[in-house]
Amino acid sequence: MGNSIEVKDLTLNFGSVSVLKNMNLDVAEGEFVVLLGPSGCGKSTLLNCLAGLLDITDGQIWIKGKNVTWAEPSDRGIGMVFQSYALYPQMTVRGNLSFGLKNARVPQGEIDKRIARAAEILQIQPLLDRKPAALSGGQRQRVAIGRALVRDVDVFLFDEPLSNLDAKLRSELRVEIKRLHNQLGNTMVYVTHDQIEALTLADRIAVMKGGVIQQLAAPLEIYNRPANLFVAGFLGSPSMNFLKGRTVDGGRAFQFGSTKIDLAGYEGGAVLERDDAILGVRPEHITVSTVPLSGPSIPAEVEIDENLGADSLLWLKAEGTNMSVRVPVEGRVPAGTKVHLGLDIPKASLFDAKTEQRI
Amino acid sequence: MADLSMSSAMTGPRGARPKRALSPRNIMLYGILIVVCLYYLLPLWVMVMTSLKGMPEVRMGNIFAPPVEITFQPWVKAWAEACTGLNCDGLSRGFWNSVIITVPSVILSIAIASVNGYALINWKFKGSDIFFTILIFGSFIPYQIMLYPIVILLREMGLYGSLWGLVLVHSVFGMPILTLLFRNYFSSIPEELFKAARVDGAGFWGIYFRIMLPMSLPIFVVALILQVTGIWNDFLFGVVYTKPAYYPMTVQLNNIVNSVQGVKEYNVNMAATLLTGLVPLVVYFVSGKLFVRGIAAGAVKG
Repeated sequence: MGNSIEVKDLTLNFGSVSVLKNMNLDVAEGEFVVLLGPSGCGKSTLLNCLAGLLDITDGQIWIKGKNVTWAEPSDRGIGMVFQSYALYPQMTVRGNLSFGLKNARVPQGEIDKRIARAAEILQIQPLLDRKPAALSGGQRQRVAIGRALVRDVDVFLFDEPLSNLDAKLRSELRVEIKRLHNQLGNTMVYVTHDQIEALTLADRIAVMKGGVIQQLAAPLEIYNRPANLFVAGFLGSPSMNFLKGRTVDGGRAFQFGSTKIDLAGYEGGAVLERDDAILGVRPEHITVSTVPLSGPSIPAEVEIDENLGADSLLWLKAEGTNMSVRVPVEGRVPAGTKVHLGLDIPKASLFDAKTEQRI
Repeated sequence: MADLSMSSAMTGPRGARPKRALSPRNIMLYGILIVVCLYYLLPLWVMVMTSLKGMPEVRMGNIFAPPVEITFQPWVKAWAEACTGLNCDGLSRGFWNSVIITVPSVILSIAIASVNGYALINWKFKGSDIFFTILIFGSFIPYQIMLYPIVILLREMGLYGSLWGLVLVHSVFGMPILTLLFRNYFSSIPEELFKAARVDGAGFWGIYFRIMLPMSLPIFVVALILQVTGIWNDFLFGVVYTKPAYYPMTVQLNNIVNSVQGVKEYNVNMAATLLTGLVPLVVYFVSGKLFVRGIAAGAVKG
């Protein structure tokens, strides 16, 4: 499979402000890539550059083996879905779907055929003669997806398409987009700040910050082996626990306050002895016990016990550091209890505190 | 016990709070409104009544009294017979001149200004903001400063004294405020719509005519009202840049009312003034609702 999208050394400056810095990104054909990051990280900007709605400062953009760096948005073989749906309010759903096709001078018979197919896939046949104002949010977003669908393009670009919907609809449409991707097999680039959407939809996630891709990898890889502190802290809710300490014994152990934690089984590079290191452990990779554990364990005190229904969150203080631990409901411990924490070292991440990179 | 507490709960105030029609607040509110209305309507009343009286009745001096004998003769005379200089065909000549001046000026200025506003907000080019600032600055320069230079300009262009010269002047002077109006309105239309249309392959004019125009009826009505009333009521440009044969209605009204020879025919003057004011008035009444909507829509975002 060839690459569907290739971004080469893309740079974008707004005046003296650098928004995207020397970015490289390859998206394989049929791949679903999610651009994830906090607001202002440049993810939507990158998408607009791909669509041709923003003129770039330097670099190249290739779509389907064609250099489209200077091409008009409509000539790039892309369809785009916007956060605010961006349906033309004065046109019916049918008018919205056919607008792009009429501009491209597609014959009427072909237009009708494509609209019928898109309406069937998205199940919006009964809505075709309504105006957007008479549709609900979910229906509007379906029509917006349909507008990209009828253009019969190779690449779909989604700009936070679910952000304006309520939680229930969001999860419904999320599944629908995933199904659509499986069914059509198009390349899709999807911008979001919602990590659930990213983790569930993506073949690969590109975590962005400050106009730079921090890590580009499969969702589980990003979740389990974050490349740096930012990625580690951005994904996961509640976020990863960061224990500040140093590595000792030639890199075989981690000194956290008065506790020495054996690093046996850690999957990563050469740990060595470092004065400033950070051990990152996800809340679900910590076990809580009221009796001392056989292995290395950290003494802690439970401060708050939050019941989430399916499981429970314990907020603790250990060696002066606030930590959160996810435990099954039956493993709940009342606030004020002194406990011992055991860490699942093979699933932990170790970072150099200075470079913030994973070791 | 349960019954007792139940009944006491039901005896207290319940349902909608009673409203008194003649509360001090209402008397103040409506009293002031009525007084202000009378204050504004009185001149109109005097004008309409006077215009319906014959001259003998006008001379009696009861300006607030309704006419004893209603006559439409002053209206007929004002429209078709009143003399200005050597012409004695009344205001009708000025009316048609004004129509010929107003219609092309309004169409031209709105067409150009709407495209201006659209381009300035959606197709930003290098220096577009500076260009816009200069354009807005133009609306603060007093007309008197430009009066004579424009005379020279029109003379050099060979348009001085012609209808088209005046149309050009009106279009140019309407540009700053209209462009501002359209730019602000278009800026309230979500940018994503514009982006979606570009992805859909629509160009500059395609987006303007098929996306922007259909969404902008209210602001076009606002511009229409501003221009129709502004150009119809214009006196200065009309008298400076045209010749007597093309004088608009306002100039002719002035000439009728201010003619010094003979008797002052107040009833004819009143009728002529009402006739001249009728066009803007009709435009206001017909489109008043859209006017408010358009102003409000444009005002939300600067």
